[in-house]
Amino acid sequence: MASTPLIRGRWGYASITDKIADIVLRRPTHWIWGVGLLVTLLMSVFFFGAMGYLFTRGVGIWGVNIPVAWGFAIGNFVWWIGIGHAGTFISAFLLLLRQKWRNSINRFAEAMTLFAAGIAGIWPILHVGRPWFAYWLVPYPNVMNYWPQWRSPLVWDFFAISTYLIVSLVFWYVGLVPDLATLRDRATSKTKAMVYGFFALGWRGEARHWARYEIAYLLLGGLAAPLVVSVHSIVSLDFAVGNTPGYHSTIFPPYFVAGALYSGFAMVLTLAIPMRHFFGLEDFITKRHLDNAAKIMLATGLIVAYGYCMEVFTAFYSNDEYEIGMTMNRFFGPYAFVYWGVITCNVVIPQLLWFRFARYNVWILFALSLVIQLGMWSERFMIVVTSLSRDFLPSSWGLFVPSIWDVTMLIGSIGFFFFLFLCFIRVLPAITIFEMRELKHEELEGRQP
Amino acid sequence: MSAPIYGLMAEFASADKLVAAAREARESGHPRVEAYSPFPIEGLDDAVGFAGSRVPLATLIGGIVGGGGGFFLQWYAAVIDYPINIGGRPPNSWPAFIPITFEMTVLFAALTAVVAMLVANGLPKLRHPVFNVREFDHSTRNRFFLCLRADAPKFDAAQARRFLERLEPLKIVEVPL
Repeated sequence: MASTPLIRGRWGYASITDKIADIVLRRPTHWIWGVGLLVTLLMSVFFFGAMGYLFTRGVGIWGVNIPVAWGFAIGNFVWWIGIGHAGTFISAFLLLLRQKWRNSINRFAEAMTLFAAGIAGIWPILHVGRPWFAYWLVPYPNVMNYWPQWRSPLVWDFFAISTYLIVSLVFWYVGLVPDLATLRDRATSKTKAMVYGFFALGWRGEARHWARYEIAYLLLGGLAAPLVVSVHSIVSLDFAVGNTPGYHSTIFPPYFVAGALYSGFAMVLTLAIPMRHFFGLEDFITKRHLDNAAKIMLATGLIVAYGYCMEVFTAFYSNDEYEIGMTMNRFFGPYAFVYWGVITCNVVIPQLLWFRFARYNVWILFALSLVIQLGMWSERFMIVVTSLSRDFLPSSWGLFVPSIWDVTMLIGSIGFFFFLFLCFIRVLPAITIFEMRELKHEELEGRQP
Repeated sequence: MSAPIYGLMAEFASADKLVAAAREARESGHPRVEAYSPFPIEGLDDAVGFAGSRVPLATLIGGIVGGGGGFFLQWYAAVIDYPINIGGRPPNSWPAFIPITFEMTVLFAALTAVVAMLVANGLPKLRHPVFNVREFDHSTRNRFFLCLRADAPKFDAAQARRFLERLEPLKIVEVPL
C-alpha cells in the first residue's frame, strides 16, 4: 500500500488548502475552460430547445413507434443513472473499506453522480408522453381517489431514483460543509464570504462536532452503499419483470450494477484526466489514483463480460425458441453492428487494462474511458431496442431508426452534464480539502517512530 | 476583569500539541474545554471529554420509522383504501412492497442521521463568539485552537492564561462575547 504516496510532493496543511480553495476563489479562468463552457452551454441550449419542441409536439418526433416504444430515452436513462453509480461507490464503499485513495476523487465523483442522476431522471418524464402527469407516480391522498400501483417496477423505480438523488445530495452536502467553512474564511470578498458562510452553517470544527460529523458521515456511507446496489437492480427490474425475450432474465440486477460501475468509473477518468491537467492537480490525483480506478474498471468490465457470456449460454441452455431467436438476432440481425460494437468496446479493447503501461498512460486511459462509455451506451441500446424490435410474432416485428431529435437530445444531455461540471469546478472545491489535510496528518504521523 | 469574555483561546501549530493540550486542560480540572481543528483528529474528542453520540440511535429510529411507514403506506393503499385484483395476487402482496420499504428505510435513516448530527452540534449557527477572533480564520486552514470557556464554574482568567502559557502556544487571545 505505502509504495507510492497519495499526495505527491511537499505539501502542507496550508498549501493544500490554498491550492484547492484558490481554484475556486482566486485562480484566473483558463481560456480552455471558457471555450468548454461556451460549447457545452450551446449544447445545453439544444437539449432544452429539443425538450421544448418535444413538449409541444409529443414523442412522435422521436423514432419510437410500436413495436419499439422504448427508444433512446430509456437507453439514455439507464446509461446516465449507471454513470452516477461510480460516485456513490467511491464515496460509500471505499469509505467503508477505508480506502484512503478515495479522498481526492470522491468530491467531484459525487458531483458527477448528482448531475448524471439528475439528467437520468429527466428521461422517463420526457418519455411518458404526457409529462404533466408525471406527478401521478407520487403517492399522496388525492381527489382522483387512486394510488400508485405498488407492484410495478416503474413505481419502485420512482422511489429508487428519488431516494438515490436525495441521499446523494445530502451525502455530498455534508461532505462539503467543512470545506465551505474554509472557503468562507478564505473568501476574497464579502459577498463570497456570506454565501459560502451561509451554506457552511456556521461550521467551526469543534472536536465534539467533528466526532458527531464523522459518525454521521460513516452512517451515511453505510446507508448509501446498499443504495448503489439497489438502484440499478431496481432499474434492471423494469426490464426483467417484462416477459420480452432479451429483458426477461434473472442475471439482470448484478449485470446492470456491474455495467453501471464500469461506465461510471470510465466517466470518473474522463473527468479526472483533463481536470488534473488543466488545474494542476497532478499531485493530488496521482497516477496511482488513475491506476486504481482503471483496475476497478477492469474488474467490473470482466463481470459485464461474464454477463454477456451467461446471456448467450442461458439462451441456448434453456432451449427456448424465442430466447435463441433473440440471441441469433443480436448476432446476425439488423442491429448486429451494435452487438459486435458492444463486444469490441466493452470486452475486447479494455483487456489493455491488464497491462501496467496502459494504466499509467493517461492518453490510453482517456481514450479507453471514452470507448467504454460508448460501449456501455450501445449496450443499453442493444438491450432496449434489439429486444423490442423482434418479439414473439414475426408479423409484429419492426425496426427503430433514431430521428434527428433523438440524437440532438442525447448529445445535448452530454453537453448539459459537462456544462454543470464545468460550473461546479469553479464554484465548489473539486477535491475534499479537509480530508486531504487529514491524509497529510496521517502521513506525518506515520513518519514518526 | 473588564468586559465579559467567551473564553481564552490558545493557538497551536500541530494536531499533536492540541491533543496534548486538551488532555492536560481536562486533567487539570477545566470543565469546559473546546478544541478546534481543520480536520477530525483521532483521540481529540476523547481528550475534551466527549461523552459519545446519540446520532446512531437516532438514525436507527429514523430507519425503522421510514421502513415501517413505507410498508404501511403500501399496505394501507393496497389493502384498505384501493384494493384491486391484479392477476389474482393477494392485496397484501408483501414481497412486491419490499423495494419501496427498503428505499424509504434508507431515505429516512439518512435524513435523520444528518438532522441529528446538526441538531446535536447546535448547527446551523452562523454567529458564534469564536468567529470574533481574527486568527480563528486559520482554524479551517492549518491552525489548531484550544479554548477554555469563561462560563465554567470557578473560571479565573489570570490563572487560565498562566495555564495556557505553560503549554507553549503560538499565541493566546481573549474571545470577546
